[in-house]
Amino acid sequence: MDSLEIFTEKLLVELDSFPADSLKPDTHYRQLPEWSSMHVLIIIAFCETEYGITVTGEDLRGCSTLRDLHNLLLTRQ
Amino acid sequence: MATFTTVGSSIAGISAAVPAVRIDNMEYELLTPSEQQLFVKTTGIRYRHVAGPGQTTGDLCYAAANQLLNKLNWRAEDVDLIIMVSQSPDYFLPATAIILQDRLGMKKSSVALDINLGCSGYVYGLSVISAMMQTGAFKKALLLAGDVSTAATNKKDKSTYPLFGDAGTATALEYNRDYEIAFDLNSDGSGQRAIYIPHGGIRHPIDATTFEEQTLEGGIIRHQRNLWLDGSEVFNFSVREAPTSIQTLLNFTGTSADEIDYLVLHQANKLMDETIRKKLKFPAEKVPYTLHDFGNTSSASIPLTIAHACRDRQALTTKWLLSGFGVGLSWGSAQFTSHQLVLPEILYI
Repeated sequence: MDSLEIFTEKLLVELDSFPADSLKPDTHYRQLPEWSSMHVLIIIAFCETEYGITVTGEDLRGCSTLRDLHNLLLTRQ
Repeated sequence: MATFTTVGSSIAGISAAVPAVRIDNMEYELLTPSEQQLFVKTTGIRYRHVAGPGQTTGDLCYAAANQLLNKLNWRAEDVDLIIMVSQSPDYFLPATAIILQDRLGMKKSSVALDINLGCSGYVYGLSVISAMMQTGAFKKALLLAGDVSTAATNKKDKSTYPLFGDAGTATALEYNRDYEIAFDLNSDGSGQRAIYIPHGGIRHPIDATTFEEQTLEGGIIRHQRNLWLDGSEVFNFSVREAPTSIQTLLNFTGTSADEIDYLVLHQANKLMDETIRKKLKFPAEKVPYTLHDFGNTSSASIPLTIAHACRDRQALTTKWLLSGFGVGLSWGSAQFTSHQLVLPEILYI
């Protein structure tokens, strides 16, 4: 599993609809104006293809930040 | 898991018809311009063809079937078997296949029946029609697969409305003992509510509450006769089960992925299908898409994609691998080889 920094860097490539620097490891991403349900699917696809780890919509509802998501992936690897 | 081979069906041709009316998702006013861009980029769906008032699945499949019979120089009265796959039939009853048996001019001794499946329906339809043809009782057959899904989507539902397009297709099969089709078929009814229309059947008949709209998370508005779709659950299901089914079938037939010319996936959305492709490590050039021009056309999406995006294979011997997955939950894969395959131009009616 990548470090939090590398994980964030890679995921930001997929979530390229957010302005630069608006999305940090501790940002509450659902509160960003650009956030949409489409991003849930992008994150699920990213975790599946990049790490081979399945996360569900319910998992993501329990995460507020990319740090939360990274911690979740650490428990699933 | 049901993995098996049928013997005796050769696929002679595939045709498709879509409504002439085309909707551009970049003009969908419920999404902001940046949301429109994100939607098109993520799903791959820019345009959708949408049935007009009174235009039915049967109309689209009739046009596709009629064109295919003409291109093959087949007479309708020589077709012994017609099977229709749809979840948006012309009537609650009778079966649309029987209406089309008459409309196409097929003989009364022909067999006509409907199959109620969606995203996996084309693969299931092939399995049923080829199993019946294996008996030798049917020499020529038509498999129709189509849906007017837009009849059940709510324009105020940003999560489903821009996904779906309408289409009807026809596949012609001939009895020939030299041909085989291999299948892997699966079902999981515990996921019945991942994609469903709550009212309108006998369980929940249409009543005074049916058309009361509900506002859900994210500003999504639906009523009980609309299509309800749990996007993340369907996504997880599809990227888990479709690759497994495809790999199971390849193992069963002893075929390597390198030997396959085209892997044609149900056109769900680009993100989902690309995740499946990447998990299987299939090269991009072997996995065709029609999402950009037609969207998710449910049971029609696999044959529509073959007819539109694989016309280069008409005269070539081709190893096909198909996989459908979705509503049910239901999923399955099929593998076959074609030689001369008639693929007429898409009809816009």
